[in-house]
Amino acid sequence: MASLKELKGRINSVKSTQKITKAKQMVAAAKLRKAQAAAEAARPYAERLSAVMASLAGKVGGDSAPRLLAGTGSDQRHLLVVVNTDKGLCGGLNANIVKAAKAKARALIAEGKDVQFYLVGKKGRAPIKRDHADRIGQQFDTSTVRNPGFEEAEAIADELVELFEAGKFDVAHLVYPIFKSALAQDPTVQQLIPVPAPQGEAGTGGDAVVEYEPDEEAILEELLPRYVKTQVFGALLEIAASEQGASMTAMDNATRNAGELINKLTIQYNRSRQAAITTELIEIIAGAEAL
Amino acid sequence: MALHFELVTPAKLVRSEDVHMVVVPGAEGEFGVLEGHAPFMSTIRDGAVQVYKTEGAAPEEIQVRGGFAEVGENGLTVLAEHVEG
Repeated sequence: MASLKELKGRINSVKSTQKITKAKQMVAAAKLRKAQAAAEAARPYAERLSAVMASLAGKVGGDSAPRLLAGTGSDQRHLLVVVNTDKGLCGGLNANIVKAAKAKARALIAEGKDVQFYLVGKKGRAPIKRDHADRIGQQFDTSTVRNPGFEEAEAIADELVELFEAGKFDVAHLVYPIFKSALAQDPTVQQLIPVPAPQGEAGTGGDAVVEYEPDEEAILEELLPRYVKTQVFGALLEIAASEQGASMTAMDNATRNAGELINKLTIQYNRSRQAAITTELIEIIAGAEAL
Repeated sequence: MALHFELVTPAKLVRSEDVHMVVVPGAEGEFGVLEGHAPFMSTIRDGAVQVYKTEGAAPEEIQVRGGFAEVGENGLTVLAEHVEG
């Protein structure tokens, strides 16, 4: 049986843990709202861009299509761009992303393809390194900035396009979670390069003949890297929202568990205190009777 | 009549309003867009988009970097990567 002092110490330490988890939960809730607003604000741009892409990709086809759209003609070397968070305390989010990435890698390796990793965010490094130490190519550090924004997405996309132009890989996949709610974030694998032809209503102006300046191909050539950037930016926004959502849920659970533990310890503490008092009384009474 | 003008960046919808005319720095030269412009698409170079709220008014300049402009039935949409000011 633990002594009274020991129990008191444990109750206090659990209480301070609970304070931390509670604070983190509230911070996450506030940040989640912000992250969701940011994701909302990015939507018009992405929508317009893919509408334009859809109408253009339909017009420029065949051999004249840029390499980013048509691909290198081979699909031997794959690059998995895995987007993780930089901070922990967000439940199973990172584990789930890594699991999805590893499953994809295993499937590709089983098909006899070469797989490389490009890691964004800190938390994916260690678990992926454990299984695929020799396959990790580059990493992108997002931990130096507070809210990864378009600047970071631009840097990542530029680097990816550069690697692609240099012929370092044939196909790139983006692995990131899609934020559904604070309780559910689904890790998804999405093809990034070559750009999959977007499905959308072709043409924004109906049947009207659209004039292009310079020409369709030149515009498409400019648009494709931009599209990749937007995709990466979208992934960064999703991870931000997912991180806060997962963190909120995990911390809510932790706070509740701490509360339960405190109740249990308090009951134990009171019982021991009572026992100690009873023993003391018996001693006094026994002493009085002996007189 | 007015031209519906939208300026969108990845971070947010910067402008969405009805204006008289917008002058866009296209890759092959500046062009002005009035209401009822034919469908048109162009890349833009870094420079200032000039927004004329009403006829003859002093233009409001918005610096943009990287992007393209699209004129369709619903007006002019400028998609820019960066907007300053």
